[in-house]
Amino acid sequence: MTAHDRIVAPMGNRPAVLQMQSVDKTFNGGVVALRKMSLNVNEGDFISLLGPSGCGKSTALRLIAGLMRPSLGRINWEGGQGKDDLGVVFQEPTLMPWTTVARNVWLPFRLRGQSYSSVKDRIHEVLALVGLEKFADSYPRELSGGMKMRVSIARALVTNPRLILMDEPFAALDEITRQKLNDDLLSLKAKTGATVIFVTHSVFESVFLSDRIMVMAARPGRIIKEIKIDAPYPRGIDWRTSPEYAAVARETSDTLMSTLAPGEVH
Amino acid sequence: MTIAETQATTSETGSGPIFDADEERFARAQRIEAIAKWVVPVVVLSLAIWWWDRIVVWNEIPHYILPGPGLVVQTLFEDRVTLFQSLLVTLQITLLALTVAILGGVGLAVLFTQSRFAEMSFSPFAVILQVTPIVSIAPLIFIYIESRMVGLLLCAWIVAFFPILANTTLGLKSADHNLRDLMSIYKASRWQRLRYLQLPSALPYFLGGLRIAGGLALIGAVVAEYVAGTGGIGTGLAYRILEAGYRLNIPRMFAALLLIALTGVVIFSITSLISHLALRNWHESALKRE
Repeated sequence: MTAHDRIVAPMGNRPAVLQMQSVDKTFNGGVVALRKMSLNVNEGDFISLLGPSGCGKSTALRLIAGLMRPSLGRINWEGGQGKDDLGVVFQEPTLMPWTTVARNVWLPFRLRGQSYSSVKDRIHEVLALVGLEKFADSYPRELSGGMKMRVSIARALVTNPRLILMDEPFAALDEITRQKLNDDLLSLKAKTGATVIFVTHSVFESVFLSDRIMVMAARPGRIIKEIKIDAPYPRGIDWRTSPEYAAVARETSDTLMSTLAPGEVH
Repeated sequence: MTIAETQATTSETGSGPIFDADEERFARAQRIEAIAKWVVPVVVLSLAIWWWDRIVVWNEIPHYILPGPGLVVQTLFEDRVTLFQSLLVTLQITLLALTVAILGGVGLAVLFTQSRFAEMSFSPFAVILQVTPIVSIAPLIFIYIESRMVGLLLCAWIVAFFPILANTTLGLKSADHNLRDLMSIYKASRWQRLRYLQLPSALPYFLGGLRIAGGLALIGAVVAEYVAGTGGIGTGLAYRILEAGYRLNIPRMFAALLLIALTGVVIFSITSLISHLALRNWHESALKRE
C-alpha cells in the first residue's frame, strides 16, 4: 500500500477486465431472468447495477461469479480467469461463526494452501484498512452488523482480486451505518484501486458510489440505460449535498420509474 | 463498590446510583434463582427417596417384594466386587459400541454427502436396521456370531449409530448457502469444502446425535445381554439383574439397576460437557444471553 491514493485512469482509457456479451439467462420453467445483457468492465470501474426486485441484477452477479452458466452469450475475462480474480461480498456477512475474524479473512488464502503465519501480516493489514485491527481475535457473534460486513469486505479484499462483486451488501443495515460504510468503501476503493460491481436497489447509494450506473428493468431482466457520472473521487459529504448529485439522482430515479409499467404497484 | 466506581456511575447517570426497593427485590430474586437451580432438584429427589422408604416401612412391605433405599445401598456395598466387575463389562461394551458408532456414523454420513449413489444405495439399510427392534434381531445375531463379545457390540452399535448418522448427515447438508457459494467462487476442492465448511457446520448436529447415542449404546448393551442369556461371558449388569431375579434377590436387582441408571447419567453428563466445551464460543445453543 502506498502512502498516496492509487491513481485510476480516466474512464475511456482503462484496460478491460471482463466483458459480458449479450448474455441471456433462462431458468427452468422458462422464466427469463436476463435478456441480452452486455457489459464491459474496465480496471478501476465502480459499476452499480440498479433496479427493482426481479430485474436480474443478482442473477447477473451470479453469472459473473461463475455460480451459474449463461443460457446464451459469453462472459470473457481479459486474459482468462485466474484463481484469485474475484472477491465477493454477499447481502449477509457470510462469516464462519466457529472461528475468529482473522481466520475468517484467512479463508481465501487457506483454500490456496497458504498457512496462517505466512499471510498473517496481510490479514492484519486488511483488517486495519477496514478499521477492525482490534477485533482480529473476536468471534463474529461479538460484532455488530456493520462490523461483520467490514470483515466480509476485508475477506473480499485480502487477495487483491481483479474484480470485487457486491450483492446489496448494505441493504440490511441501518441508514447511519450504511452511509458510513459507503464513505469507507470509497476510501478503500481509492486506496486499493479495486474494480467493483455493486448491486443495489437504492438510487442514492448508486449515485453516491459509482462512476457508471446500469439501470435495469424487470420482466425480462435487462439493462435499459447506462448513466455515467463524472464527479471525481474522492467523494464525500460535498458530493452528497451538491446540485449535480441531486440532478443525477433525479435522472436516475426518473429512468427507474419509467421502467415500471403504468399502474404497476411495487 | 469503591469510591471511584461510585463516582463514575454518578457521572454517567447524572443522578447518583439508583438502588431502591425495586432494585433490591430484583437482586434478591436473582440470588434465589441461582441457589434454587441446584437446591430444588436435590430436595425433590431426596423427598422422593424418603417417600419410597416410608412406603416400605409404613406398609411393612417385605424386602423380596420392594426393598427400601437403605437396603439397596447396603446391598450395593456388600456385593460391590461382583457388581462393579459386571459394571466394567457393561461399560466396556457400551463405550466400544459408542466409539464404533461414532466412526461408522460420521464415516457413513460423509460418504452419503459426497456421493448421491452411496446415499441411495445404503440409506435403506440404515433405516431398516434402525426401525427393527433390537430385541428381535439380537437372537439371530447370537446364532450367527460365535463370539458373545462381538455379538453384544454389534447389538449396541446398531442401536447407537443411527442418531449419529442421521444428525451428522443433516448437519453436513445444512452448511450456509452463501458460504457454499463462496467455496465455489474460490474453487475449493471437495476435501477443503468438507474440512473447512461442512464438518464445522455439522459439529452441533453431531454432538446432539452423540448425546442420544450415548444413552442408546447403554440400552443396546443391556438389551443385548438379556437376549444373549447366561452363556459365554455373561457377567454384565443385565446378567446380574436376570440372575438376581431368578433367585428372588430383589435388593440386588435394584442395586444393579441403580448402577445402570448412574452410568447412563454419567454418560449423558460427559457428552453434554463435550458438547458445551466444543460449542461455547460460537454456537447459539451454548451462548448465554443477557
